[in-house]
Amino acid sequence: MPVNRGFIGRQFAAPTTYEVGREHIRSFCRAIGEASPVCLDPAAARAAGHPDVVAPPTFLTVLSFRFAADGPVADPELGLDYRLVVHGEQGFTLHRPVVAGDVLHSVVTVADITDAGRNELIRTVTEVTGAQGEPVATLTGTIVSRGTAAERTG
Amino acid sequence: MTPTYDRVQPGDPLPEGRFPIDRARLIAYAGASGDHNVIHWNERVARAVGLPDVIAHGMATMALAMRVVTDWAGDPAALLSCSVRFSRPVVVPDDDSGALLVVTGSVRELLGDARVGVVLRASVGEDRVLSSVQAVVRLA
Repeated sequence: MPVNRGFIGRQFAAPTTYEVGREHIRSFCRAIGEASPVCLDPAAARAAGHPDVVAPPTFLTVLSFRFAADGPVADPELGLDYRLVVHGEQGFTLHRPVVAGDVLHSVVTVADITDAGRNELIRTVTEVTGAQGEPVATLTGTIVSRGTAAERTG
Repeated sequence: MTPTYDRVQPGDPLPEGRFPIDRARLIAYAGASGDHNVIHWNERVARAVGLPDVIAHGMATMALAMRVVTDWAGDPAALLSCSVRFSRPVVVPDDDSGALLVVTGSVRELLGDARVGVVLRASVGEDRVLSSVQAVVRLA
């Protein structure tokens, strides 16, 4: 069953802000083996010109899981069968480094839903802004809904 | 040696990264990322949805690949943008060694303003697990 193309253009704002924490950054660094002092030690981060420890560049993936229940993928009206979903692509553009102490707001837009052979591709763009409303990051992602493309006749 | 923009050339290789991905790393990544998808830790469910075994989070693989870039640049804050396509799953067996992710890369172009574009290859054995792997990093 194809997913609901009426979702193209719909926006999903996170219901609350996300507070970036030092210990969370440290835990993420341990998981990926990142040992840079600017990610772990506030004094080193400040010496390098940052307000606090810096998150590794893919850290904002945490937003998709923190706010999954409020996003397009979890919306039953989308008609997505999560068992058929695989992650297709992911991109991050950091307008500035993410640091501990940041209070972030994020809005996910369903940019497009297209067919790719028998699959459907759902492309999302997430704009992340900081406490002053300043741009922090833009995340782009594509998820693949396997085998759900509408059948063609003829 | 940390590269500098005035010295770097297109084609320069980045030091290779070799990253063992075992079940312990997947648990750590699940906790740190908030991605508790059961296919990343439970074999029974992974097989039930048609996978050969537990697979790594695609984003964990991406994070490891980007470490090659930030380790080379000497600064995790220097990575301005990155993107990947998830081409093959990384199967992580329940043993002591897991899967070995090997990441290589090279400078593709100089972009001005001390920024360079790099391209990477990420493989586990013969499988190219990530494709179209690129990043833009600002050098000293």
